[in-house]
Amino acid sequence: MKWGMVIDLQKCTGCGECVAACKLENNVAIVEPKESAMGRTMLWMDLLTIHEGEYPRLRVRQIPRPCMHCEHPPCTKVCPVRATYINEEGIVAQIYPQCIGCRYCMAACPYTVKSFNWYKPEWAPGIRDTVNPDVSVRLDGVVEKCTFCVHRLQKGKEQAKSEARELRENDFQPACAESCPTGAIVFGDLENTGHRVNQLAHSPRATKLLEDLGTEPKVIYLKEVD
Amino acid sequence: MDKVSATPHQDAPLLRPIESPSRNYYIIMGILLAIVLYTGYVYLRQVLFGLGVTGMAQPVTWGFYIINFVFFIGISHAGTLISAILRLSKAEWRRPITRMAEVITAIVLAIGGLHPIIDLGRPDRMSHLFFNGRLQSPLLWDVTSITAYFTASTIYLYIPMIPDIAILRDRGVRPRWLYEFLSWGWQGTERQHKVLDRAMNILMVVVIPIAVSVHTIISYIFAMTVQPGWHSTIFGPYFVVGAIFSGIAAILVLMIVFRKVFRLEGYLKHIHFNYLSILLLIMSLLWFYFTFSEYLTGYYGHEPNEMRVFWYKFSGDFAPYFWAMIICNFFLPVLILCNRKTRTIPGILIASISVIIGMWLERLIIVVPSLANPRLPYPTGIYIPTHTEWMLFIGGVSVFVLGYMTFARFFPVISIWEIEEGRKEGAKTVAERVSSYMPDSGSTSAGE
Repeated sequence: MKWGMVIDLQKCTGCGECVAACKLENNVAIVEPKESAMGRTMLWMDLLTIHEGEYPRLRVRQIPRPCMHCEHPPCTKVCPVRATYINEEGIVAQIYPQCIGCRYCMAACPYTVKSFNWYKPEWAPGIRDTVNPDVSVRLDGVVEKCTFCVHRLQKGKEQAKSEARELRENDFQPACAESCPTGAIVFGDLENTGHRVNQLAHSPRATKLLEDLGTEPKVIYLKEVD
Repeated sequence: MDKVSATPHQDAPLLRPIESPSRNYYIIMGILLAIVLYTGYVYLRQVLFGLGVTGMAQPVTWGFYIINFVFFIGISHAGTLISAILRLSKAEWRRPITRMAEVITAIVLAIGGLHPIIDLGRPDRMSHLFFNGRLQSPLLWDVTSITAYFTASTIYLYIPMIPDIAILRDRGVRPRWLYEFLSWGWQGTERQHKVLDRAMNILMVVVIPIAVSVHTIISYIFAMTVQPGWHSTIFGPYFVVGAIFSGIAAILVLMIVFRKVFRLEGYLKHIHFNYLSILLLIMSLLWFYFTFSEYLTGYYGHEPNEMRVFWYKFSGDFAPYFWAMIICNFFLPVLILCNRKTRTIPGILIASISVIIGMWLERLIIVVPSLANPRLPYPTGIYIPTHTEWMLFIGGVSVFVLGYMTFARFFPVISIWEIEEGRKEGAKTVAERVSSYMPDSGSTSAGE
């Protein structure tokens, strides 16, 4: 099993729904505007603004950017305490109670997907009530990032087990894929021919971010065609 | 053993700071202690509130702490490495310099080694490095090599100090229990000298590869990632050269200060400064050669991400620091040191201070620009260190001065017995050695 994601840029409108859904689902801390301006915004799913071409032909695009869950992750190689590792299902996971906060993984990640808890995360009173009980709240001084909503995988597996059946594609969908209004984000097992991602990943439009680095990302983008 | 106590020693200027410290000494110690205590408070605040009190953010997630870590460890290469090389090469002029150099290593290494811990988001989980450590991570290599270097260099500092401690013991200097304990029953017998020589010889040989490994491995922290500006094979030797370069500058500054304060003009002569500053000049040229190779290959390769970092340094936000570094590390020291007229003690002092500043800037230029230019288009601010980071830097320097002053209060900064040995045997052994270099013509000396 190799969990992966396909993001169809033809369908993506850059609405940012995935960013909001991810933030709520994973209890990602909301930092103060002053901190955010410094570059301490915490987003597991971010929208990258890409400028293409020059003025009369300038094109601005927004593309969703989760963790790439690389097959050869540069971050796990450098972690001194195995607080980040790649599991057998291909998910690059973080172990928050293990992390010593050296931020080496952040420096090593070519996609800059990791966030650091510069202060103890806090939630406004109203928001605190909506915290997702399935996702552990982080302490200050640890690194965090997109986990492909691995807690949902756990739930899905348990559900399937209780019903004595195999895990189905719909049992495990991360919050971003579920929330996408245009269905641009598709998630599933890249090795399972029955899953949609398997076909989409082989589309001629398929491309990966910074492919030449040899990190083999498991997030695949489908290029826009005009 | 009979006590010499009150009799004037031949090397009295070396013993003066220990036997009768001045009042100024305590005043300066007090000021430094105040700075260090305040720094402790600032650090405690950081531990309580989190690393948010620093100026670091995304994507510049490493700042002053890592820069100072590399810088301090670099300075530490002065000591043990230089002293071991000079001893091994039997350079007679080393005698008044080795001890001073070795003390730098021991103190600065302790300070530098603490910096990665200061940088941790969760210093309370430090023990994870030992219980869950991954040996595949360059950070673990670092822990290993710095620990080895610290152990080897403190032993290498202590062993040649034993005969001097015995001198202090025999003169009845207080606290007597300290010298009694540390002199390890040294009586200066022939057998003891033999064992001492042997121990020093072993340590010299061991310490050189360890010292080289330390800064090579620090460079690996950067070079083992794929980040533009870091992923370079030249980084190992480049860092080692830079480290020795900044280290020599640090020794020179310290020698000038001690010469002035302890009135050691009779021991630290112009010739010592002359020789060391020529070494500094050579290192400056070597440093420039490495810097030139590093940036020229980057420029010709013209890889887009590499070039973004390149221009960021050459003409972007970091240009003032970059060009200041080139001036401080190359133009200024070379101009001053290659002319005999300006290679005076004030000239050497200026060149050395300039090199220390330049090498700090080099560490800044290596750490920040690569992080500030991520491959993907992120909004990136400029990294501005806060009061906390500045204070921890100043505090680190204060701890160094404090540590050195404490050492100088209890132990001679120039090796008394080695000076003595030089007086007695130096000239003879050198003459013998020189004659052994000469072509054999009839009369052959036995040699060694």
